[in-house]
Amino acid sequence: MSQQRILEKKSLDELFGKLTAAGNRVLAPLRNGQRVEFAEVGAGQGGGSPGRDTASQIDLDYIQTARPAKEVVFPRYEHMLRYRLAGKDAQAEEIAPEARPTVLFGLHPCDAASFATLNAVFTWDSPDAYFEPKLAKLTIVGLSCTQGDAYCFCTSVGGGPGATHGSDILLTPIDGKRYLAEIVTEKGAAVVALAPHLFAPANGESEPERQRGATTEPGATATDLKEAVLAQIAPRFAPEQLGQRLPALFPRNGVWVEQSLRCIGCGACAYVCPTCTCFDIQDERQRYAGVRLRCWDSCGFGLFTLHASGHNPRAKQSERWRQRVMHKFSYQPERLGVLGCVGCGRCSRSCPADMNLAQHVEALAQTPT
Amino acid sequence: MDALREKARALLEGGTVKVVIGYAGGSDPQRARAVFVRDAAQADQLIWNETCRQNLATYLNKPEVKALGKPALVARPATLRSLLQNAVESQLADEAVLALAVADGQVVELPTFAAIEEYLAQQPHGLTAEQQQELSRLAALSLEERWAFWSAELGRCIKCFACRAACPLCYCDRCIVEVNQPQWIPVASDALGNLEWNVVRAMHLAGRCVDCGSCADACPEGIRIDLLNRVLAQEALGSFGAEPGYSTRKDYALAAYKPDDKEEFIR
Repeated sequence: MSQQRILEKKSLDELFGKLTAAGNRVLAPLRNGQRVEFAEVGAGQGGGSPGRDTASQIDLDYIQTARPAKEVVFPRYEHMLRYRLAGKDAQAEEIAPEARPTVLFGLHPCDAASFATLNAVFTWDSPDAYFEPKLAKLTIVGLSCTQGDAYCFCTSVGGGPGATHGSDILLTPIDGKRYLAEIVTEKGAAVVALAPHLFAPANGESEPERQRGATTEPGATATDLKEAVLAQIAPRFAPEQLGQRLPALFPRNGVWVEQSLRCIGCGACAYVCPTCTCFDIQDERQRYAGVRLRCWDSCGFGLFTLHASGHNPRAKQSERWRQRVMHKFSYQPERLGVLGCVGCGRCSRSCPADMNLAQHVEALAQTPT
Repeated sequence: MDALREKARALLEGGTVKVVIGYAGGSDPQRARAVFVRDAAQADQLIWNETCRQNLATYLNKPEVKALGKPALVARPATLRSLLQNAVESQLADEAVLALAVADGQVVELPTFAAIEEYLAQQPHGLTAEQQQELSRLAALSLEERWAFWSAELGRCIKCFACRAACPLCYCDRCIVEVNQPQWIPVASDALGNLEWNVVRAMHLAGRCVDCGSCADACPEGIRIDLLNRVLAQEALGSFGAEPGYSTRKDYALAAYKPDDKEEFIR
C-alpha cells in the first residue's frame, strides 16, 4: 500500500505533539553526551510533553545507538508473577504485561526489520503473552540511512539503507528541509490520519509539488531523490551462500575454534543485538514471598546450556560461538523463515574483544566445505 | 613493532613458545584485537601502539588457548601486574608464560615471576595526575551528587558481564551471580540488581585489582567501573599498604590478617 508523501522537518514537533495527544509514548534517538539512546521524547531535561526542546534533543544524524530498540517489546527484565507461600499453600498472582501505545521514531531500517525476527521467535508455537501486546501497540516510523560505518552490513542480510520492511512509515531526508514519507502499513496510515495536513503529496502526485521538486532536481521523482541520498553499503556475503555451507561446516571444529580464540565469553553481543531473544526465568524469593521474572540471557555464557547433571553440551566458547552463528544464519532461516541478523553491526561495535561478526561470516561464506 | 615481530619469530622458530599472544590491527584504526600467532610466518600481524589496551592475561585461563601450548604474552605493565597477582592467588605457575614487555622499541623477555617483579620495580607506580584529579573530583561531590552520578552510571548496566570476562582476576569457575541457591545477587538489571553486582565485584577486587582498565574498556555501556575499582584500590593502599601485582608475596589485603592492621573502620 506504500504511498509517498512529503513531511517538512519543521513539522516534527507538531507531529510528536499529535502522537502524544493521541496517547502514544514517543521514543526517538536522543543524544546524551557522547551517547545516543532511544528514549522518551519530552521526558528528559525539558520535561512534560514534547515541545520546543524536542527537535534539539533528537539526533537524527546518528549512525547507530549502543542498545537496540528491542527493549520496547522485550525488556531486559520483566516480572511475570508474584507468589506467596503460607504453610503448604502457595498463591500465585500473574503480573499483566505493561503494553503502552508506543511510537518508535527514527529507527533505522535494520532495526525496523529486527521486529520480524523477534515476532517469528515469540510466536512460533504459542504466542508469547508478554511480547505480543507490546508489538501490537507499537508503531515504527523508520528513518533511512544516509550514512553508515565500517560495521554496517544490512545489504548482506536482505536489508538496505532505504528498505521499507518493518517500518510503518519510512522517512528519508531528501534534502535539508524535507522527508520523503513512505506510508507502508495501516498503522502508518493511522499516524498520517492524526495530522494529514503535515503530509503533503509527493513529487509526481500533484503539479505544485512537482514544481517544488523541480527546484531541487529537474524531473526527479521522489524515489529518485531518495535513492540519491541513501548510504552506500556494499554487500559482503549472501545469506543463500550460508544456508547450505554452514551445516557442512558444523563438524569442522578447527574453524570455530580459530574464529573464537579471542572471544572472552561475555554477553555483550547478545544484549546489544536487536534480534537476540534468549531469556532466563528465575524466581527471586525473600522467605515467604517472591517474584518470577525473566531476563536476557546469552548463548555466549558458559552456564547457558549447563544441565542439572553437570553435563554441558557447549562446554567451550568455540561451541558457543558456533551456536551463535548457526542459530542466526542457519537454524532460524531454516525453521522460521527469517534470518537472525539484520546487519546493524552493534555486536561488532560493542565487542570488547573485537569479534567482528560480518568478517567472520564473510570468511565462513568463503571457507571450502 | 619490528623488534616485537622479530622476537616473536625467533621464539616460535626456536620452539621456546608455541604461541605468541599479542595484538593485531582491529576492525577500525582505533581498535586492536588479540591475535594468537603460532606460525613464525604470521608474526607480521603483531602490532604495538596506543590501541593495544586489552589485558591479554584474561586469555590464559581459556581452554582453547591453553590447548595451544606454552604462550608468550605481549604485556603492558598492568598486564604484568595481573600475572603476579594471579600467581599470588595460585592461578598461575612460574614460567608457565613468557611475558614480553615492549618499551621504547625494545622487547624485554620476562620468563619468570622474579624477572617480572624486577621489571615492574623500575616502572612508575601509582595514579597518573589525570586519574588523581578524577578521583578528587568524585570525592569532592556531596553524598547526593555522588549517588546521582553512580545511579546514572550503573543504571545503564545490562549485566552482560563483559567487565568480568575482560578481567584477568575474575577467574572463578562459577561467579556468585550465577549461584541461585541461595540467590545472592538479584538477577534483574534493575537499580538494586545493578548496584549489587557492580559493588560486589568492586569489593571482590579491592586489594586485588591491578588497574588495567579493561573492565571499563569492555563495557558496552561505557560505565566507569574502573573508577569504583580505583577508589577501592586507593583505600586498600591507604589502609593496608596493599599494592597488588608488584610481588608474588601472598599478603593480599582482604584475606591476610596482620596484628598491626588498622581497625579504625570497625566501630
